[in-house]
Amino acid sequence: MNWFTKFLTSSIGQKLVMSLTGLFLISFLVVHLAGNLQLMADDGGVAFNTYAKFMTGNPVIKTISYGLYAMILLHAFQGLALWFKNRKARGSEKYAVKVTRGADGVATSAAKQMAVLGTLILAFLLIHMGDFWWAMKTEAVPMADCGGEPCQDLYTKVYASFKQWWVVAAYIVGMIALAFHLRHGFWSAFQTLGWNHPKYTPAINGAAWVIALVLPVAYAAIPLYMYFALPEMTTVPEMGGIFGS
Amino acid sequence: MIVGSSKSLQTDNCQLTTDNYSKMKLTLKIWRQKNAKSAGKFESHQVVAEEHMSFLEMLDVLNEQLISERKEPVAFEHDCREGICGTCSMVINGHPHGLMQGTTTCQLHMRHFKDGETIAIEPFRAQSFPLIKDLVVDRSAFDRIIQAGGYISVNTGQAPDGNAIPIEKDQALDAFNAAACIGCGACVAACPNSSAMLFTSAKVSHLAQTPQGEIEAQRRVLGMVNQMDEEGFGRCSNVTACEAECPKEISVTNIARMNREYLSASLTSDVMK
Amino acid sequence: MAFKSNVPDGSLSDKWKNYRGKMNLVAPNNKRRIEVIVVGTGLAGASAAATLGELGYQVKAFTFHDSPRRAHSIAAQGGINAAKNYQNDGDSVYRLFYDTIKGGDYRSREANVHRLAEASTEIIDQAVAQGVPLAREYGGLLANRSFGGVQVSRTFYARGQTGQQLLLGAYQALSRQISLGNVTMYNRHEMLDVVKQDGKARGIIARNLLTGELERHAAHSVVLCTGGYGNVFYLSTNAMMCNVTAAWRSVKKGAYMANPCYTQIHPTCIPVSGEYQSKLTLMSESLRNDGRVWVPKSIDDAKAIQQKKKKGIDIAEGDRDYYLERRYPAFGNLVPRDVASRAAKVACDEGKGVSPTGLAVFLDFASAIERYGKSKAHSMNLYDASPAKIKELGTAVIEEKYGNLFEMYEKITGEDPYKNPMKIYPAVHYTMGGLWVDYHLQTSVPGLFCCGEANFSDHGANRLGASALMQGLADGYFVLPYTIGTFLSGEIRTPKIDPNAKEFMTAEAEVKGRLDKIIGVQGKQSVESFHRRLGKIMWEYCGMARNAEGLAKGRKQIQELREEFYKDVFVPGDANEYNPELEKALRVADFLEMGELMMVDANDREESCGGHFREEYQTEEGEALRRDDEYAYVSAWEWTDTKDEPTLHKEELVFENVELKTRSYK
Repeated sequence: MNWFTKFLTSSIGQKLVMSLTGLFLISFLVVHLAGNLQLMADDGGVAFNTYAKFMTGNPVIKTISYGLYAMILLHAFQGLALWFKNRKARGSEKYAVKVTRGADGVATSAAKQMAVLGTLILAFLLIHMGDFWWAMKTEAVPMADCGGEPCQDLYTKVYASFKQWWVVAAYIVGMIALAFHLRHGFWSAFQTLGWNHPKYTPAINGAAWVIALVLPVAYAAIPLYMYFALPEMTTVPEMGGIFGS
Repeated sequence: MIVGSSKSLQTDNCQLTTDNYSKMKLTLKIWRQKNAKSAGKFESHQVVAEEHMSFLEMLDVLNEQLISERKEPVAFEHDCREGICGTCSMVINGHPHGLMQGTTTCQLHMRHFKDGETIAIEPFRAQSFPLIKDLVVDRSAFDRIIQAGGYISVNTGQAPDGNAIPIEKDQALDAFNAAACIGCGACVAACPNSSAMLFTSAKVSHLAQTPQGEIEAQRRVLGMVNQMDEEGFGRCSNVTACEAECPKEISVTNIARMNREYLSASLTSDVMK
Repeated sequence: MAFKSNVPDGSLSDKWKNYRGKMNLVAPNNKRRIEVIVVGTGLAGASAAATLGELGYQVKAFTFHDSPRRAHSIAAQGGINAAKNYQNDGDSVYRLFYDTIKGGDYRSREANVHRLAEASTEIIDQAVAQGVPLAREYGGLLANRSFGGVQVSRTFYARGQTGQQLLLGAYQALSRQISLGNVTMYNRHEMLDVVKQDGKARGIIARNLLTGELERHAAHSVVLCTGGYGNVFYLSTNAMMCNVTAAWRSVKKGAYMANPCYTQIHPTCIPVSGEYQSKLTLMSESLRNDGRVWVPKSIDDAKAIQQKKKKGIDIAEGDRDYYLERRYPAFGNLVPRDVASRAAKVACDEGKGVSPTGLAVFLDFASAIERYGKSKAHSMNLYDASPAKIKELGTAVIEEKYGNLFEMYEKITGEDPYKNPMKIYPAVHYTMGGLWVDYHLQTSVPGLFCCGEANFSDHGANRLGASALMQGLADGYFVLPYTIGTFLSGEIRTPKIDPNAKEFMTAEAEVKGRLDKIIGVQGKQSVESFHRRLGKIMWEYCGMARNAEGLAKGRKQIQELREEFYKDVFVPGDANEYNPELEKALRVADFLEMGELMMVDANDREESCGGHFREEYQTEEGEALRRDDEYAYVSAWEWTDTKDEPTLHKEELVFENVELKTRSYK
């Protein structure tokens, strides 16, 4: 084996892949949130639709987005592969009494369930992408006007979805899973990179709490806002996507 | 003047006076397994213990009881019984070395249990620690990890004067704290992934922090991590159960240091394989 | 049979230098063909195996543990002596030599001890080079502390885990040789016999403890590094598996057992709490630097404490007897181990013991807490600090110095030693006696060598603190790898030894017979119960104080117990499987003979010296009375199963460099 593949397939190399892809995905979450918060702008969707058009049309962003998909897949499959490997390492006989003590209660509980949380998040992503991204790709979304230019009316599509309680519920569940995943994942990524120092690790853990709370809460606020605060849609347009009515 | 040796440590009156200590009735749920090939199961036993006994002495009482009934005693490993040899290898109510933090099984005393309690006792469980009998497991994988580089290559007689290279006190202390590992394997037993990162990193970290060990640090970390992977230990996911259960309270900062060392060794050393 | 000390000529300080300069060497091409078996991989064994491997010999190393890292050397707390004179306080090789000879009550061989002192400095260098994290000062240089009754500060340490760190250093050196293929490691193998061919030791019979299989291992030479026999007392600070079997089996093959009665009883151990007790835990001797030892002056107070009606702190200052300070004003609480232990026994024999068993004395830190508290308050400019504040500050200082020991005490006893004085009592800790070896560390069987605690060579009748680690490593790293060459240089024409030769087959059959015999008894009593009873006999009649009548009684009781053992012991399971009870039974069987030899030796030595105190031989004040004119010899015992009485061989000790004096600590 060549040194590079050996490095990446070693236990620490595999963790490194998880760490770097994870950190990249967190940075994406921040950017994505900034855009999505425009759904809460009370302008009938113009800002959001403009943003969506820019995101899908710009070639640089497009390239980055393919990188993003690759990262998601790498993170998910590497994670699942590790999970299987770790189950095997545990041996066939399991402990009768199961308890796990760790340095931090929440992070430790999350750490034990990273694979489950990750799978939940992956399932959420499939639903999420199927409902919006796929709908856009297949041009099942009607057009709207974005400051004089035509654009797909993703806003109305989102609005329609988030007026269905089970969609909102699915998002809430997804975000709870994300919160726990982030709480452990963030500090874990730094630990894997070797960034553990008595002076700075408390700050990393603090940041992990902030990220784990702020990002999912802000994301969850969008469907909740649309479900509770916005008026019922008078006419529901015909559109595709898995939750299309 | 010393006259006669009538009174001594082990005279019988010591038996009388120890009745002052409170006794406790316990139910033990112990894992019994003849060998690696046969199936194992839990067996229940009643035992009367005293509060000042150590956990292992309580097991001694059980074994004496079993022997008097001409049954096979429970096999468990132990040796120094003062918390330093790292031989004991059992999981008590779900915790390697029991609930008390920073304590080995042999230093765990029965006063921390309640009269009438049921205690579950299992062996360390991990694919890389194959079971030998009852509570005894094979931890030779740890030896092989050390053999893969957990040393400084110096022959007897080659050493310069001990004070030739000063070592900063705090760094020496850090190295010592990592070197305090007793190689018991509780970290692997506690880890939901059966990872040996805490053990391996403790040695990497200890030696990397001495100027003498720094010289072959890159070769060492590559060799030891490689061996650790070959032994089939799981992948660390930073659960930190290892640190929480470690009887010597070895810190996961050592794992971070090993990650660092491994990254830099993989990317910058001349080792091409 | 060889029975010469083989000490080289020349002045004391030149002997070892000259020896190394003139000894025969084995050329590298021959070393590759020569095999050496090392039994035991503690400090002495691991260091010897690693060094022999480095030199190019083909080494086979054996341990009954699952890994060499578990050997009981790991439990040594205090430190290791070396004549480095880093503290500029007048230390030297000669002074370390002199202190060791004197501490050993003039019952050790001058040349060996001097060599030990010479090697001591190299050990520290070697350990540092191996990465052993010894304690350091802020300037980055090695720190020292003072220890047990010497006037210089020469003890190197790694917190309270010096033994662990040094053992891991040796273990790592051994691991390196294993990975290089120079040493083949046999874990979970116990040596059950030594095999001789043409009068020379040529191999061992070992039992694979996992499968129960007997294995024949051949080599040009055999080195035993199998530790001490303190477990003959059942209760000791030794690990549970420490035993005399390897040494005792060698005795049966013609090696002599030297000075078996010299047992070190350590004064500061946690007292026995009950009949179930399996082992005793040592509290480092360093505690006596700050702790004051006392018992109540009146028996009534002692009784009240024994019945838990009173506590140590309830006894007024004037009602306490600080007996060490009273009896030994010059050294006070810092008298050597043997003196402190006997004084504790005297106090408890008078009925003044302070635990429910009546067998404990107090070790009190209250004065030290106050002293340190005041000085700390002063340094913080708190000139009118309240007593509570002083106590708080003083407690912090004590915690910094002894925190881990106090914590261990609390874990084991459930009592807080910061609030109540600690209770301590003496316990068996180390055995100075062991296989007789000459200057080459060769036993009376050619080709059979012995290192570390297993041999008798360096500590005389009493070992000084922090000297055991020094001796184990000196033997393993710096002495044996040279001296074994003297024997092996004569073996370069000897072909590979055949483990199928008839001597090996006979020895294997003998061992098998022994296993079958013990398993075949199928009696009613457990091995443990025999061991416990043996311990009681040993402690009663061959413990801290001995007399002719008791020793005779004890010897008889051991003989009877041995007879009973072979009639009524019960060993479950069989020989062809993993069977810890069988392992234990074999060890106890050998203790049952060794114990008798100890009684014989203690009876023969009609004097008091070091760890051996004969009640008939004491001064008016109850101090040990040595009889140099008659007993300045090493007792080397030959044991033959066919004879009723073991045969005594005397090696007269010649003191050319030190004057024999009576130790006085008053």
